[in-house]
Amino acid sequence: MSTIIELKNVSASYNGEPVLENVNLSIREGDFIGVIGPNGGGKTTLLKVILGLKKTTLGEIIYKRDKINRNEIGYLPQIAEGDNNFPVSVKDVVLSGLMIIKGHNAKMNGEDRGKADNVLNELGIYHLHNKSLDMLSGGELQRVYLGRALIGSPKLLLLDEPGNFVDTSFEQGFYDKLKELNKTVTIMMVSHDVGTISAFVKSFACVNRKLHYHDSGRITTEQLKAYDCPIQLIAHGDVPHTVLKKH
Amino acid sequence: MFEALFEYNFLMKSLLAVVFGSITAGIAGSYIVAKKMVFLSGGITHSSFGGIGIAYFIGISPVFGAACFGVASAMGIQYMASRQKVSQDSAIGFLWAFGMAVGIIFVYLTPGYTPDLMSYLFGSILTIQNADLIALAILAIILLLFFIRYYRLILYVAFDEAYARTFSAKVDLLKYLLIILVSLVIVLNIRIAGVVLVLSLLTIPPNIALLFTKNFSKMIIISIVAGLIGMLSGLVASWYLNIPTGATIIFTLVLLWIISRMINFKDKRQKTKDKRRKKG
Repeated sequence: MSTIIELKNVSASYNGEPVLENVNLSIREGDFIGVIGPNGGGKTTLLKVILGLKKTTLGEIIYKRDKINRNEIGYLPQIAEGDNNFPVSVKDVVLSGLMIIKGHNAKMNGEDRGKADNVLNELGIYHLHNKSLDMLSGGELQRVYLGRALIGSPKLLLLDEPGNFVDTSFEQGFYDKLKELNKTVTIMMVSHDVGTISAFVKSFACVNRKLHYHDSGRITTEQLKAYDCPIQLIAHGDVPHTVLKKH
Repeated sequence: MFEALFEYNFLMKSLLAVVFGSITAGIAGSYIVAKKMVFLSGGITHSSFGGIGIAYFIGISPVFGAACFGVASAMGIQYMASRQKVSQDSAIGFLWAFGMAVGIIFVYLTPGYTPDLMSYLFGSILTIQNADLIALAILAIILLLFFIRYYRLILYVAFDEAYARTFSAKVDLLKYLLIILVSLVIVLNIRIAGVVLVLSLLTIPPNIALLFTKNFSKMIIISIVAGLIGMLSGLVASWYLNIPTGATIIFTLVLLWIISRMINFKDKRQKTKDKRRKKG
């Protein structure tokens, strides 16, 4: 697997308070990285640094020129910060994912609308394309925002706690969808739910100011301790999972 | 009234003011209603009275004074909220009253009688001046062009600012530009409905639109049409009943909202009935 983005000695801070320190990470093509760590440990900041939304105080981020462009990153924010009462249709929300390619003068044409229809179809929510967001369930909303992240055919998909706004009945289907997407797209997903995601991620990144990359979809409590990554492991009954021994 | 329209120049002018007023208020109003910035706009409106007072005192155009004060207070509110650790609604509360206070003091200090002060408080579309009308027309054209050209950007920044930052570095610039435009719309429409009433020119038409659509572009178009209908009927009604125009316009707009609400309610009931029938 070849590297598409490389973070070298990256540090970032908010109001002088360091959030990320000396982070090194090679994001490799086709990887599915589960980003775990305690609250406030810098997981979201890591995604924002990669997106260019958060300036680094030190270090550099290298986007491999022949592999990926900055505008080929799809992003699903933690909680959609958009206002669900805003007068905007599902299709228009999905179309906003094209702005990153088209720039801020963008106008949407028939071809773009066709792309939006395809994405909506693929996610099984085409019938909602004319609806406003306040009429959707949590699971449907999440698909809309995933559609927004996917419409630009990204090479890297950054997902921030996508499990947060779904009911569990949607969750499995959603993760299956991600697994399928991962055949063509590199995925990096922040989650607090190590139990669930360890069933399909290929590697872990533990973020607690520092970052430890763990090149396997299995991770033990001891390893988490060694990485100084204090998180709770959550076990689920009816989904594929790995239960780890007690410490 | 039709003969009077050509007979009296001022009626023609107020008719044009209604047209440009409904375009500007429809566009800016849709933005502030969709973004839930009505209170902020109220702050801008009232603080602009400070500019009117100062303009009277030093003897310049009150509209110009109001425009300067309106834009400055919009910037002030944004600045206080982002830099001075004051919450935005408190910042609005500060400047709302401060602007009014400045206006009252300067109007008091102005020697002699200030004859058309009332027209700035409650509107006086029939005495609108050429310069104000031209300014309103130019603003309407600028808004139309700006919103057509940058519709997608405006929509997405208004809807989800955080996400918009992933594709545009100019989010803050756009927000400032829009708030400046909103301030100018408010100030230039003060001529129609006055400081006290102008906010409803911007808020009622978009809320009528929201009864029929959840699409931002359609919302703008319906707002403009609703504003046009409400303001025209208000103008006509006030002409025949010989009552103040600004207040009558607000009255007809509210009436239009009530009628739309009833149509909408009936429509929805019919739809659910149809659905039930289909299921049955």
